Amino acid sequence: MTPAHSPSTSRETAERVAREDVVTFVNAAFVCTGQREFYGDTHRQAVSIRFLHAYVLGNYRRLYARSLAAGLNDWNKAIVIANLLAAGAPSDGSERAEEGELLFSALRSLPPPRALRLLAGLRADGVNNRRARAVARRYLASRPDPAEAAVKYRAKVRTIVRHAHVALSEESATFLLAPMSMRKFATPLFESFRAAHFAKEALYELPFTIAEGLAAKHGVRREEFLRRIERRLTAEERRRLQKSAAAAGVEIDFDLAGAPLTKLALYVLSLPIAQREAKRVELTRAFERAAERAASGLDLGARRVAAVLDRSHSTSGTIEKRRRPLAVALGVHHVLGRASTTYRAFWTHETQDALLVSARGQTRLAEPLLGALEWGADEIVIVSDGFENDPPAGAAELLRVFRARLDPGRRVSIVHVNPVFDAESLAPKALSDVVPTVGLRAAEDLATVLGFARFADGAARLEDLESYLTARAAVLVRAAVSGPSRHGIDR
Amino acid sequence: MSPFLLSDRIDLAARGLSLAPSQVLGGVRLVPVLRREVRADLRLGKRSYGEDRAVVSLDGELCASGIKYVSFVPHGLVVSWSDDGSPVAAWGAELHAKDGRRLGKGPGAVRLAHRMARREDPHQLRFLPLHLAMEGFLALHFGGPEVAWPEYSRQALRRGLSPRVEHAYAGAAVTGLDDALRLFEIHEGQVGVLVFVADALASAFVVPTPEDYRALHRSLLEDFYGELIVQYGYYAGASSAEARIDERSVSSLADLRGALDMMRADWASFHEGMAAGLLDKPPRAEPIYKAGPFHLQRFVTDLDLASENHIGEAIVREDGTLEYLKTFRLSAAQSRRAFLLSRLAEHGWELEQTAGALACTKDELVRRFVDAGFGYLFAPAVLAAAQRR
Repeated sequence: MTPAHSPSTSRETAERVAREDVVTFVNAAFVCTGQREFYGDTHRQAVSIRFLHAYVLGNYRRLYARSLAAGLNDWNKAIVIANLLAAGAPSDGSERAEEGELLFSALRSLPPPRALRLLAGLRADGVNNRRARAVARRYLASRPDPAEAAVKYRAKVRTIVRHAHVALSEESATFLLAPMSMRKFATPLFESFRAAHFAKEALYELPFTIAEGLAAKHGVRREEFLRRIERRLTAEERRRLQKSAAAAGVEIDFDLAGAPLTKLALYVLSLPIAQREAKRVELTRAFERAAERAASGLDLGARRVAAVLDRSHSTSGTIEKRRRPLAVALGVHHVLGRASTTYRAFWTHETQDALLVSARGQTRLAEPLLGALEWGADEIVIVSDGFENDPPAGAAELLRVFRARLDPGRRVSIVHVNPVFDAESLAPKALSDVVPTVGLRAAEDLATVLGFARFADGAARLEDLESYLTARAAVLVRAAVSGPSRHGIDR
Repeated sequence: MSPFLLSDRIDLAARGLSLAPSQVLGGVRLVPVLRREVRADLRLGKRSYGEDRAVVSLDGELCASGIKYVSFVPHGLVVSWSDDGSPVAAWGAELHAKDGRRLGKGPGAVRLAHRMARREDPHQLRFLPLHLAMEGFLALHFGGPEVAWPEYSRQALRRGLSPRVEHAYAGAAVTGLDDALRLFEIHEGQVGVLVFVADALASAFVVPTPEDYRALHRSLLEDFYGELIVQYGYYAGASSAEARIDERSVSSLADLRGALDMMRADWASFHEGMAAGLLDKPPRAEPIYKAGPFHLQRFVTDLDLASENHIGEAIVREDGTLEYLKTFRLSAAQSRRAFLLSRLAEHGWELEQTAGALACTKDELVRRFVDAGFGYLFAPAVLAAAQRR
């Protein structure tokens, strides 16, 4: 038998448990994507994160809905939305309204393929309540160009329309259900789609992903196809096609400077060293522009900021997340360099030139960390997957002793940012328990996760967490109402 | 004895090597071996063989009669060196046109190889790693009784110990070794590794340069390991060892740096202690080949039945630097076989004398030989008498 608690202590305990649970969940949902990680396989990742979702939904539904505004990654946002839709609307009026707005705003902030896949998935999951149907209808109606969505994502839109009983114009319905039964469509894009089944020329009016399959059907040479379709490519498609297009002998313009920071870092890391050297000026400028955008919410002023960046072999990631941990580290390097006037990077293997980094060698965190402390940093951000091996627990011991003996007043603020989800511990693997560990999937979100770090620290109270989430929720809903959806900007 | 042969305990520091903190992945602990000074005048390359079996002619021509070593040999190593210290390239390991012969096609193909270590060019030598050491182990007193004592069977007197057989497992059979090698983060400048399974030393592997090590890292999976190591692999959990900093001794950042260096030193000495079964025992080495200033040799540790025993092969430079090392941990039964044979040989294959030296009766000694798998050495009447009493 446990001793009886006074009401206030038991409430405090309950609050502490709730805070820890929600913080664990949000932290995991920043970073986990259910994909294979260097030290963990796909299955464990999926089991682990799905448990967290089910647990938080069952126990803290209101906080679960609000976590949509905390800056979760798209994969987790989609799971939260699907879980909320499957759970049905809450009976309390105000809660229902709040959740509905959050849910829809979050759905709109997802890239269209992900949002549509989520809505189409409701059919397979057997979810068909009134709110789910209303959300699907509202989402389709909110698309800026419904015809393009219908062509580009035809199978998904068809599933959603059937499942949610969406009313359509006759032409749209014919296009989705039996496009070849029509002689001629009035909508130009529909007509191009129909015609492209018979005429090569009509191909080039279609979105790239649709035209690609039809081009293969007509036996169009890859080189010619790429050259003529180029004007229809989205920014992300341009980036993705760089290598294969070059192999086919076609040059595709690619606006490096417009790319999001982590995507840019991934692209740069995929280039051989010689090419990075050759494009140095261009790449450096692109990094500056991308970092400027990403650092907009972060101002560290005149504080001495140091980053301890892991570039060991494990940051090469896996076949599903190739070089992502290293790309995140490189992105953070640029963001911090932008956000602070006095900044210095300490890589695990010293490098003078961040443009040429590669994932090699052991995880030697202790020396760079000590270097950062000796340099006199006020603020230290450690980017690492938390598996340190040269020596094992070297940085962890260093942090423990530093806090205990040299900096008990916490003058130096230290945060461990982890780009990898550790399925075993249901969280990004912590380096040490004296510094907070937060997950980070894309370097652009650095400001968000640093803001969240004080909750991971365990110092803040549940009320603070609630008001933090409420404030962010208000921002998310406002942005969704006023601004356009983030169509085509896929992080 | 030649100073280039390993004869004293293997002092890593004196031989130009040091250990770095280990990486534990499942039940496997991998300890990186670093080299103080890398010289490029000796290089190793891997040559893969696709056949399921190799027949190595130890004496005489490929297809002539003579002693043969038969095993699964997935790859050979090719050493290139220069006499004057100028750098050599590790090229051509796979390109050499003539290396034995291949008989048959497909899964049944057999590779015929000429000798364990064979010079291919004036400055190039091909040898079969670990098989070189294993062959030395199998050849121990392979000739059989030197005096035709009546206790021995006719087969033993005529053909010696032939066929002498030992079993081993490919690295793929060791649970967790594959993942451990894949996830291991190779150090910059790393030239070797100590492989521990369930914190028992399974193998030591050292090559001349970091580039060679990177190329050969995965070949550890193709090497063979003893049954004991495979058994350990089944039950091994992740072992935890930790080094801590004593916070009372720290009052400045400089102290912290000193404490960190101490932590590294602790790890290195801890690993040396773990590998004492190999490093602390004086090995008995046998020269195989002299390549310029480099001496290829194979060795056996002291065959002490109470502790672990290893066989291995090494290349030692004239100044004592250990350039290449590969070892195999013998199982208890294998050590016992070697021990019994060497005792018997010491006493001129005379059973009574040997029994006296081992403090047992002659019949007990025969039974020990039978248990070790050497029943075929004795005449039926001797066996029957030993079993009866």
